[in-house]
Amino acid sequence: MGFDWEFVVSVMPIYGAAILLTIKIAVLGTLLSLLVGAVCSLLLYYRVKVAGSLVKGYIELSRNTPLVIQLFFLYYGLPKLGIMLPNEVCAIFGLTFLGGGYMAESFRSGLDAVSSVQLDLGLSIGLNTFQMIRFVVFPQALSVAMPSLGANCVFLIKETSVVSIIALRDLMSVTKELIGMYYNTVESLLLLVVCYLLILLPVSFLLIFLERRFRYAEFGV
Amino acid sequence: MTMSTGAAEREYILEIEGLKKSYGDMAVLDGINLGIESGEAVVAIGPSGCGKTTLLKCVNGLETHQEGTIKIDGREIGADGFDWRQARQKIGMVFQSYDLFPHMTVMGNILLGPMQVQKRKREEVTEQADALLDRVGLADRKNDFPRQLSGGQKQRIAIVRALCMNPDIMLFDEVTASLDPEMVREVLDVMLGLARQGMTMLIVTHEMEFAKAVADRVLFMDGGIIAEEGSAREFFEKPTTERAQRFLNTFYFE
Repeated sequence: MGFDWEFVVSVMPIYGAAILLTIKIAVLGTLLSLLVGAVCSLLLYYRVKVAGSLVKGYIELSRNTPLVIQLFFLYYGLPKLGIMLPNEVCAIFGLTFLGGGYMAESFRSGLDAVSSVQLDLGLSIGLNTFQMIRFVVFPQALSVAMPSLGANCVFLIKETSVVSIIALRDLMSVTKELIGMYYNTVESLLLLVVCYLLILLPVSFLLIFLERRFRYAEFGV
Repeated sequence: MTMSTGAAEREYILEIEGLKKSYGDMAVLDGINLGIESGEAVVAIGPSGCGKTTLLKCVNGLETHQEGTIKIDGREIGADGFDWRQARQKIGMVFQSYDLFPHMTVMGNILLGPMQVQKRKREEVTEQADALLDRVGLADRKNDFPRQLSGGQKQRIAIVRALCMNPDIMLFDEVTASLDPEMVREVLDVMLGLARQGMTMLIVTHEMEFAKAVADRVLFMDGGIIAEEGSAREFFEKPTTERAQRFLNTFYFE
């Protein structure tokens, strides 16, 4: 039994569509995770009263439950409460829910690394809280948090492989279908691996570049 | 203290009355009264833990005090809508740690306050910054990042950064204490130049020779109060209190 090149070529359009869906969910989910994480970490950092406690609860919930279960809840649970969301929205929402917690923790490690001297400096020139975040705290926190934020991005993109459980035709789902229909297991799985590498290798290289780019702040003297 | 009589006619840039600060039961500042006139260079000295640094930090609100009032240009901070953020624009501060913002160039560090806080035009501030950088001998370093500079250079930039806000008074908190000995002089020279040009300054330092050279008035602080106060010559030649004598003796070798 040789390698079925004809099959590989014929299913490429299917993989093409699936890869686009995976990228869509991954990109939106990751970007929203970064946003949620940044906001949550700042709420914790500035010890905002009620919101701070809520954020703590959210982080524990998001990091200590599997994505599959979060997705199940969104897709099968919420409709019982009268909230119907399209499955793509569920996937993006679920990924954001999971990723937000991880991103918040990464940002927090960066925020904690900003020295109190830097804060005094910012205050002494009259910066308000928003200016302090924008010009002093956040850029320095980002520099420290960059490697771990990057690792989270890669992790989240890989986590998209479970969205088939809410009936989305992503790479994993398409692969399983094709194996079921044609028994071309090796070809289908190989395509799957190649597709994920196509997505993730550029991301990894981009992250290496960004890490260097943002390493402007050499802390300590 | 100097403020008790005839204070009303005096024009003080900085006026502190009855300032008290404590951490729990421990009083760090135990009733400070101080008036600094325009163009005056006042040096605060004293043993570690006497409250010098805390005094400076209270003056620009980096530490909160429990009692007393602080006035800048006759306006009481916290009253009539004059808040710390406004007050800090009139108070330049230079810290012991000679930190700059590490992610910004020298020029970026200098422009941040004037442009973002005071909403001044880039060209105008850049012009002023160039002139000041030239004065401290660092005109060629304006595009460098802080990590490319020595401690003394950073501290001179920090002074320029504070000056660019056009403050009414400058606070210096042991600004040479963390520097390598050979860099101390370049920073002190900048400060001496400022004093000679009539900048109002409140300086905390352990450099006694510098204090003698720069001070119009010396405050000797001990135990959270101003224990003795006088002109530099009076104070260093014949300190009246026993505590000040003992403190000054620690700087002399037989």
